[in-house]
Amino acid sequence: MKLQIEIAGKKHRVELRHAGERPLWMIDGQIREADATEVSPGVYSILINGKSFEVRVESWGAELRAITGGREFAVVIQDEREWRRKRGSAVEAEGRQQVLAPMPGKIVRVLVSAGDKVRAGQGLLVVEAMKMQNEIRAPKSGTIDRVRVIEGQTVNAGEVVVIVS
Amino acid sequence: MFKKVLIANRGEIAVRIARACREMGVRAVAVYSDVDRASLHVRLADEAYPIGPAPSRESYLVIEKIIGVARYADCDAIHPGYGFLAENPALARACVDAGITFIGPSAAAMERLGSKTAARHIARDVGAPTVPGTLDPIDKADEAAKIAREIGFPVILKAVAGGGGKGMRSVAGETELAAAWRDAASEAQNAFGDARLYMEKYLERPRHIEIQVLADHHGHFVYLGERECSVQRRHQKVIEEAPSPIMTAELRKAMGEAAVQLARAGSYTNAGTVEFLVDEQRNFYFLEMNTRLQVEHPVTEMVTSLDLVKLQMRIAAGEPLPFGQEEIELRGHAIECRIYAEDPDNNFFPSPGKIVDCGVPTGPGIRLDEGIYAGWTVPNEYDPMLGKLIAWGGNREEALARMGRALQEYYASGIKTNVSLFRRILASRDFQKAAIYTRWLDDFLTAKPAAESRSEEEESRAEQAVAIAAFLWHGSHAGRANGSESHTVTESRWKTESRREQVNREPQP
Repeated sequence: MKLQIEIAGKKHRVELRHAGERPLWMIDGQIREADATEVSPGVYSILINGKSFEVRVESWGAELRAITGGREFAVVIQDEREWRRKRGSAVEAEGRQQVLAPMPGKIVRVLVSAGDKVRAGQGLLVVEAMKMQNEIRAPKSGTIDRVRVIEGQTVNAGEVVVIVS
Repeated sequence: MFKKVLIANRGEIAVRIARACREMGVRAVAVYSDVDRASLHVRLADEAYPIGPAPSRESYLVIEKIIGVARYADCDAIHPGYGFLAENPALARACVDAGITFIGPSAAAMERLGSKTAARHIARDVGAPTVPGTLDPIDKADEAAKIAREIGFPVILKAVAGGGGKGMRSVAGETELAAAWRDAASEAQNAFGDARLYMEKYLERPRHIEIQVLADHHGHFVYLGERECSVQRRHQKVIEEAPSPIMTAELRKAMGEAAVQLARAGSYTNAGTVEFLVDEQRNFYFLEMNTRLQVEHPVTEMVTSLDLVKLQMRIAAGEPLPFGQEEIELRGHAIECRIYAEDPDNNFFPSPGKIVDCGVPTGPGIRLDEGIYAGWTVPNEYDPMLGKLIAWGGNREEALARMGRALQEYYASGIKTNVSLFRRILASRDFQKAAIYTRWLDDFLTAKPAAESRSEEEESRAEQAVAIAAFLWHGSHAGRANGSESHTVTESRWKTESRREQVNREPQP
């Protein structure tokens, strides 16, 4: 099996082959001697030329998250057919952009309304969660297409709150 | 000593207090809101009683409910922890009325010293230097603008009832004042039920250094050295250490004595903290007094070998302080990291949710004060602090090295934590040299991240390990058998879930 694995924004091609009993890893075209074992669910002990790593993997929204040595990596996996298919369509989301609530909470202030011109980084609304007021900012400059929430309303993480075009 | 203590709090501090009770043979009584039934403080207590819905205004902040439980469970004392009702004189007063001991200062001392504006008057009376600013609350934004022009920008607005960075805004110039006023007042109203604000001159590169004091009911006052809390993000302490890397014996004595004088002038009892700003010339200015146990009390415990919670209980029970000022010795160096459920890579947005798994660092010099466990859901209704990781070492270098090592062992999966932030801070030259000030972290975070001192080879090996782990994870989670084009991670998760459900639905033998 061959996968394209994107780690913290960098793409790697990873392939697992077998040389007799022993697994053989091809990472970005190079053969790596690595011994990997799942020590508990989602936790992998990996020895690469004797260097020891413990990596925890869990799903995180549509992506994966890996933690090793106190560091965290965002991971996206695509198999070969997927990555060929996706290459063509990545551009189309440029025009309209959905702003998602990054955490569950209560909308305490709406700072813009439909038709407003906004600059990238400008505050759109304020979500209160865990006793903190968090300002959600515009991901890009443009015009507010729609505001999908009202003050006092609660939202879930990942819910679309504003659309900027 | 008391027989039974009600802990009017939740999270790590409720756990901390319950542990002290256990060690003293005192029964610990927990209270909990609807979303805290399965919380660690409830599990560790000897008794636990519900006090209502999740919003703290309807549970942890309702004095009648707390007193009601204390009476019902026949408690002889209440420990308020920090936050919630800890600095609310009404609880201290209600305790007196109910014949229950409040583990903390009297309501009157709390009013004298806990109100930032009243305390500044006392500081001026005892000759402790204060930062230029208003001694009284300001009525409205217009008046604030006038005062700000007098003392000169930058200024800082602070909640009279405040603490923990809430209801606080720095203002660089007049154009920002109205918005800052509005935000600070509304935050203060929400957090403390008191929207009043006052103003101070904003010092350029001050350090935050605070003195821990203890006072018994027999007129004895001591100071237990200082804590340096200059690493703050938006006025919230992030890392604390003891002793302060810039401290000298003379400065410690001067600040310690100023703190004790202030406490004495306010007839203070129990544990309290006097906060100072220290400028680059090592002049110190009184900032405010916290009339309670502090979040960061463990670093003082580590360098003094004292247990502050037990001492609080002994003092409240009327015992005299078991030591004098000259018997207090500081040993080694301690550092604390406040671990929050928030995402340092995405604006520090809070990250409530279910903790799938978590790791507890152990080994020499490490202490973890936490209120979480694997399988527990971090509620959305409260402060996102999960706990504190504390490291002790013979000197600052060893303490930092131990902290770095322990942070590698710490993890909480299922939610985001700010642990990676500490790794960055510990790796920075400024922090290693202790060249820090209260806005240092905000500056550090806006600056372009410095290249980390890791070789390319190490880096690529770590990425290879992650690649292999992710590959294997995909293999066991992605439902390969299906062979369809679109086995995305989300879908495969859904599949495993439904498979699990089917298993669960099988009839029990």
